[in-house]
Amino acid sequence: MASIVHDRDNTLERPGQRAPLVTGGHDLHGVTEVVCRVAESRTAPAAWYLTMGVSAALLAALGAMIGYLFFEGVGVWGLNNPVGWGFDITNFVFWVGIGHAGTLISAILYLFRQKWRTGINRFAEAMTIFAVMCAGLFPGIHIGRVWLAFYLFPLPNQMAMWPNFRSPLLWDVFAVGTYFTVSLLFWYMGLIPDLATLRDRAKSKLSAFLYGLFSMGWTGSARHWHRYERAYLILAALSTPLVLSVHSVVSFDFATSVLPGWHTTIFPPYFVAGAIFSGFAMVVMLAIPCRALFGLKDLITLRHLDNMNKVILATGLMVGYAYTTEFFVAWYSGSAWELFAFKARAMGPWWWSYWIMFSCNVFVPQIFWFRWARTNIPVMLVVSMLVNVGMWFERFVIIVTSLSTDFLPSAWDTYWPTWVEAWTMAGSFGLFFFMFGLFCKFLPMVAISEVKAVLPHDAHAPAAGGHGH
Amino acid sequence: MSASTVTKKSAATAGPATAPHSLVAEFASADALVRACEQVRNAGYTRWDAHSPYPVHGIDRAIGIRATRLPVLIFLCGATGTTIGILLQWWTNAVNAGVEFPWVPTFLQGYNFIISGKPYWSFPANIPVIFELTILLSAFGAFFGMLALNGLPQHYNPLLRVDRFRRVTDDRFFISIAMDDPKYGSATRRLLEGAGAAAVEVADDVKESAPPRWFLRAHVILACFLLIPLAVIAYMRVDKQTQPRIHIVQDMDNQERYTAGKQMANPVFADGRSARPKVAGTLAREDFTQDPHYFQGRIGDQWAVGIPMYHPELQKLAGGAAEVNEQLMRRGRDRYAIFCSHCHGLDGAGVGRVATYTTEREIGFVPPKSYVDPDVLVRPVGHLFNTITNGIRTMAPHGDQIPVADRWAIVAYVKALQRAQTATLEDVPTDERSRMTQPK
Ligand code: HEC
Repeated sequence: MASIVHDRDNTLERPGQRAPLVTGGHDLHGVTEVVCRVAESRTAPAAWYLTMGVSAALLAALGAMIGYLFFEGVGVWGLNNPVGWGFDITNFVFWVGIGHAGTLISAILYLFRQKWRTGINRFAEAMTIFAVMCAGLFPGIHIGRVWLAFYLFPLPNQMAMWPNFRSPLLWDVFAVGTYFTVSLLFWYMGLIPDLATLRDRAKSKLSAFLYGLFSMGWTGSARHWHRYERAYLILAALSTPLVLSVHSVVSFDFATSVLPGWHTTIFPPYFVAGAIFSGFAMVVMLAIPCRALFGLKDLITLRHLDNMNKVILATGLMVGYAYTTEFFVAWYSGSAWELFAFKARAMGPWWWSYWIMFSCNVFVPQIFWFRWARTNIPVMLVVSMLVNVGMWFERFVIIVTSLSTDFLPSAWDTYWPTWVEAWTMAGSFGLFFFMFGLFCKFLPMVAISEVKAVLPHDAHAPAAGGHGH
Repeated sequence: MSASTVTKKSAATAGPATAPHSLVAEFASADALVRACEQVRNAGYTRWDAHSPYPVHGIDRAIGIRATRLPVLIFLCGATGTTIGILLQWWTNAVNAGVEFPWVPTFLQGYNFIISGKPYWSFPANIPVIFELTILLSAFGAFFGMLALNGLPQHYNPLLRVDRFRRVTDDRFFISIAMDDPKYGSATRRLLEGAGAAAVEVADDVKESAPPRWFLRAHVILACFLLIPLAVIAYMRVDKQTQPRIHIVQDMDNQERYTAGKQMANPVFADGRSARPKVAGTLAREDFTQDPHYFQGRIGDQWAVGIPMYHPELQKLAGGAAEVNEQLMRRGRDRYAIFCSHCHGLDGAGVGRVATYTTEREIGFVPPKSYVDPDVLVRPVGHLFNTITNGIRTMAPHGDQIPVADRWAIVAYVKALQRAQTATLEDVPTDERSRMTQPK
């Protein structure tokens, strides 16, 4: 067993020493044990059963709401003319945004050689996949005639009918579709060696069969690792521009229209920053209960949370900057409609949602300037939840205020969601947490082989030298 | 079957006939593995491999693994994605395929896709899809290329039959040397032990490994089931349906409604009646045939020459009088200013604002005829009425904008304009004449 500092507080920067990435003095086998124990134990913490119960109920509600929607048509939602997008697209943008942190951690931090990412990348990637599933759901069900959903894709058909490739909505289909596929491949590829670990430790026939099937016969061969690492690096390099493109394309849905409050060039970078912001908040929100419930505190250390809180602070500042710039430009542009749209956001009928957004996203994260707040679990739990609330409202504000009051006062109308929309949204959280719960219980929550690679794995490695090979 | 089930039985337990396949040596640390690899390599072995729970630094050089061709493969996939992105968008949105490539079957034909007057082929708008397809295909290349070059999935592997080898995914490091390696011999085991192996073991291979009968049968049955959707689609494509589509959700076909016959109270209207009374001014078809003078400006097959002042609506405009009077004229002037003056001008000379605007900019608008044009001067009032109602040549009809009585008022006013502009001294009352003829 390598000797490293047996100190759970690895958030301090001691001069001349690298803070360990893994606490608790684990060796290779120790890491395997910590992670695999969760999947191998026959029971789970009571909180897990509770979460699964609640989210399964919400998932059932989601199914019921979608069934009702398909049967009755989109009239069961509160949408109207001019507010043709409401909760549906708000939720879509919210969930896509959540996904972005996962890719950022797995791809961008990988390219920047941020070794601390190994503790959190697996479940951040899982979060991405489930979030994108929730996101993809909403545009899918909001189209009205769901049985014609295949019109979204360029499929040869006897009507010789093709999609309009110059529309941002079509770009969305390609961007989100690619994003989901690539994230899934990336995640699954990372899982292969760890599934092999579970296969080799499996006690029951069924788990040996399933883990064996999905680990594809991995033997940790050096020749395999060589190509694997190459592929992993290239996938990371591909995912990086991809993730930036996805939320940019989502923002084009708004920015390429002529509506005041939407038609702004700041949207792509502002959307990407917001996505990373909310995504990191979600990772923190998920990491806190997971590391406590499943005994992962040595792998997902306080330092990880501290780092993520710093990212939240930074991206929160970017988002705040974007809000301010938007207002400034609305005034500076001299466009009466633009200025009106922004005044209406802050002081119109939806002023309260604007100020929820502003306070949660700009004021609340400022507490992370203080180290005690960044390392205090209850504080960060509250902040991360508020950030998610704020980011949800950001999308709501953008969509609803701009649509409800456009150029022509005679066309104005207000919007209020129906119970169906409210339950559909709650149901999407059910779907997310249900999938995430299954993942936590049955798959390795931490990338075992990646953590091993950054362990001080040789006896003569310097104490507290968290730096790997 | 899956490798895992095989792994459970070690080579020692009774099972299918086996034969030795390769030699497996275990090492305790990554450093020991790297050192041992160097020795095996220097000894000239070729069919061998190292195994570790994580990618070990420096092992590539120790074994002599050459850089993989995977990046080239990925690049080619990406380039394919780019090409598909360009061709797909060009073909479906920016080419007149029906005319230029008529031999292409309909379901594959693209066309010039008209949308908001945008250019058919506008590269900036095509970039997102090209980009996404490039990434998507590159990612496929990376993932599936990695698997293919690694020969995965490989669910059966003799190494996985060795109990000890299971720790390769946990905390142990291994070297495996295949027995069909040309260098393989009795020295091999000694070499491994000398290189610091903690243990050396033989991995056995199952001699004949035909999959069980039920496995094959299950696959055949599954394949047959998978063909069913395809068969249904193929059948649907050639079959002709005589019945309309089945509507599962009937609420478009049978909608809720308020029926007048059932005397249902209707909350939409203040008086609660479902059957609505006539909207003011609604005309029955017979009205037109019964009073063609008033409604069409005709008497028999001739244009009417008099204004139908007998009609109560028109009398209302004249303040109850049965003849054309000043009040009716004022009404006519008022309506004329609203509906006609912008083209014909306030004086009817044909130079209203629309006319001047269009002539200045040479828009190609036929100028309105002057009311004192000899052709127009002789038109009977019935004809003028018809011009307003139904339009004439390039002038659009105004019947749906102006109520009938108002149209007659306008006709009266147009007549007055004509009269005023063709007036002679004789038209002026005698007592006024002297004033006009007096030199200033
Ligand atoms: C949009 C412009 C426009 C408006 C409004 C318009 N007109 Fe005209 N009108 C024309 C044009 C142009 C012509 C000549 C058509 C041609 O020669 O093809 C014309 C021709 C006429 C003529 C001559 C028809 C003939 O017998 O040759 C009369 C009379 C006339 N308009 C009356 C009216 C009256 C009365 C109104 C108002 C109710 C009216 N117009 C409104 C454009 C207009």
